[in-house]
Amino acid sequence: MITISSRFPADSLLTWLLRLTGAAAVLVLGGIIAVLLIQSAPFLVEHGSALWRNDWQPGQARYGMAAMIAGSMVVSVLALVIAGPLAVLLAAWLRYFAPLIRRPVLVLVELMAGIPSVVYGLWGMLVLVPWINQWAPPGASWLAASLVLALMILPLALLVTDTALGQLPARYLQAGQALSLSRVGMLRRVLLPQAGPAIVSGLVLQFGRALGETMAVLMVAGNVVQWPTSLFDPVRTLTANIALEMAYATGDHRVALFASGLLLLLVTSVLLMLSWRLRGGRHEMA
Amino acid sequence: MRWPDRLAGVIGALLLLAVLVPMGLMLWSLLEQGAGLLSVDFLLDDPRQAGRAGGIAALLVSTGWILAVCLLVAVPVGLGCALYLSEQVPAGTRRAQWLGGVLDMLAAVPSIVYGLFGYQFFAISLGLGFSILSGGLALALMVLPLMIRSAEQALRAVPLSYRQAGEALSISRWGWVRRILVPQAAPGIAVGIILSIGRALAETAVLLFTAGYVLRRPDSVLDSGRALSVHIYDLAMNVPGGMPRAAATGLVLVAILVILNLLVRRWLRPAQGVWQ
Repeated sequence: MITISSRFPADSLLTWLLRLTGAAAVLVLGGIIAVLLIQSAPFLVEHGSALWRNDWQPGQARYGMAAMIAGSMVVSVLALVIAGPLAVLLAAWLRYFAPLIRRPVLVLVELMAGIPSVVYGLWGMLVLVPWINQWAPPGASWLAASLVLALMILPLALLVTDTALGQLPARYLQAGQALSLSRVGMLRRVLLPQAGPAIVSGLVLQFGRALGETMAVLMVAGNVVQWPTSLFDPVRTLTANIALEMAYATGDHRVALFASGLLLLLVTSVLLMLSWRLRGGRHEMA
Repeated sequence: MRWPDRLAGVIGALLLLAVLVPMGLMLWSLLEQGAGLLSVDFLLDDPRQAGRAGGIAALLVSTGWILAVCLLVAVPVGLGCALYLSEQVPAGTRRAQWLGGVLDMLAAVPSIVYGLFGYQFFAISLGLGFSILSGGLALALMVLPLMIRSAEQALRAVPLSYRQAGEALSISRWGWVRRILVPQAAPGIAVGIILSIGRALAETAVLLFTAGYVLRRPDSVLDSGRALSVHIYDLAMNVPGGMPRAAATGLVLVAILVILNLLVRRWLRPAQGVWQ
C-alpha cells in the first residue's frame, strides 16, 4: 500500500504536502501546550504553591484557586451523577424495552447534542434559575449549574452507551432468552457488566467535557468565588473565571488565568487517558 | 412479561419524560420570549442600543466571515491530514495510534483553552488583535479534529478494490487521490464539513477573546466582529432587557443548526447504502 518512490513528479510533492498537514495536527497540540507553559511557567515557579490556597484576590496579588477548583469539581461531579445513570438506563431501555421508538428518540438526542452551550445557558437563566429562586434564593447556584450541565452532557453519554450496547454480540441476548431470563435480569447480570468498561470510558469523557464547559456554567452558576458548601449557593468554576476576568486581567493576574488554563488542559488529558485505559487501549470513539 | 420487565418498561418511559420535558421547556421558553420578535426585519436590521433594539444583520455578517476564515483553514488542512492518515499511515501501526491519540486529545481540549491560546498566539504574538481573522483561526483549530476524523472515515470507506484497480492500471498517486479517492469519498467529506460548520456556529468560549465583542458590521477581516453565539451570551448576561432578543437570536441559531443536521441526514443516507 505504501510506496514512496514513484515515476510521477506530482506524487512526491503530494507525499510531502500530506506529511506537512499530518504534522499540523501535532503542531497545534504542541503549540497549545507550549504557549500555556511559556505563559505560566515563571508564575508557577514563583507562586506555584500559593495556587492551591483558598484566597482569590487578584487585586492584592493573591491567586489561590482552591475554591474555583473545588467549584469546577463539584459542579461536574453532580452533573455526571445526574446524567450518567439516566443516560445508561435510558439507552438500555430504548434498546431492549422500546426498540420501536429507539430510532426517533436517537434522532432527537442527536439534535440535542448539537444545540449550542449558550442556548443551554440561556434556558437555565430563563427557566431553571427563576424556578430554583422561588424556594431557595438566589437561584443561580451549584445546583442550577449541575442541572444545566447534566442536560448538556446527557445526549452524548446516551449515544456512547447505545453504541457500547450495540457492540455486544447478539448471542448473549439469544442465550438469555433461551434460558428464559427476565430482561431486567439479563441487563443487570450480563449486558451491562459486559458493556461496562466501554460505557464508563464514555462517561469519563463526558465528565471531561463537563469540566471544560464554560458558557452554560458561566450563565447560571452565580460566579461568586467561595468554597461550595450548599447546593443552593453560587459557585465559580475555573472556566467561568477565565471567561470573566481575561478581558481586564494584566500582569500576574493574567498569567494566573493561563495557569488555570494549563491545569484544565492537564486534567482533561488525564481523563482522556483514563478513558483509553478503561476500554483497553485507544479505539475509535463513537 | 414478568413483573420486573413491566416495571422497567414503565420506569424507562418516565426517564424518557425526564429528558424530554426539560428539552420541551427549553424550546418553549425560547419561543415564548423570542418568537414574537422574529421577522424578516429582525434578520435584516442592524442591532441598536447595544442589541436591545433592532435586529441581527451585523452579527450574521460577522458570523459568516468568521465561519469563512475558519473553513478556509480547517477544510484544506483537515482534508490533507485525513489523506495523510488514510494514504500513508496504515491502520493499526504505532504512528496511526500516536496520531489518533493526538487527535483525540485535541478534541478533548476545553474550548476556553483554545480561546486562551488563540488570544495569546493570534491576537497578541502575531499581532492580529481582536479580529475576525484571530477568531476564525482559533475556531479552525478547534474544529480541526472533527474535520479530520470525519474525512478520514469517509476516505477509509472507499472500497479496497478501487485502489487495487487503480494500482493495476498504474495510475499516479496524485491521479488516484484527485480522480477516484476524493470524488468517491465526497459525500462523507461533505458531511464532515457540515458537522464542522455546526460545531463552529455553536461555539462561544473560543471567540470571546479572539473575535471580540464589537457590534458593528466588519469592514475587513482585521476588524473585530461579534458572532451570534457571543451575542446571545452578551445580551443575556450584560445587557439589562436584552433577554427577548437573546432568545430570538437563540432561535435563529438553533434553526440554522437543525437545518444543518437535516442536511447531514440527507447526505448520510445514500452514502450508507453504497458502503454497506
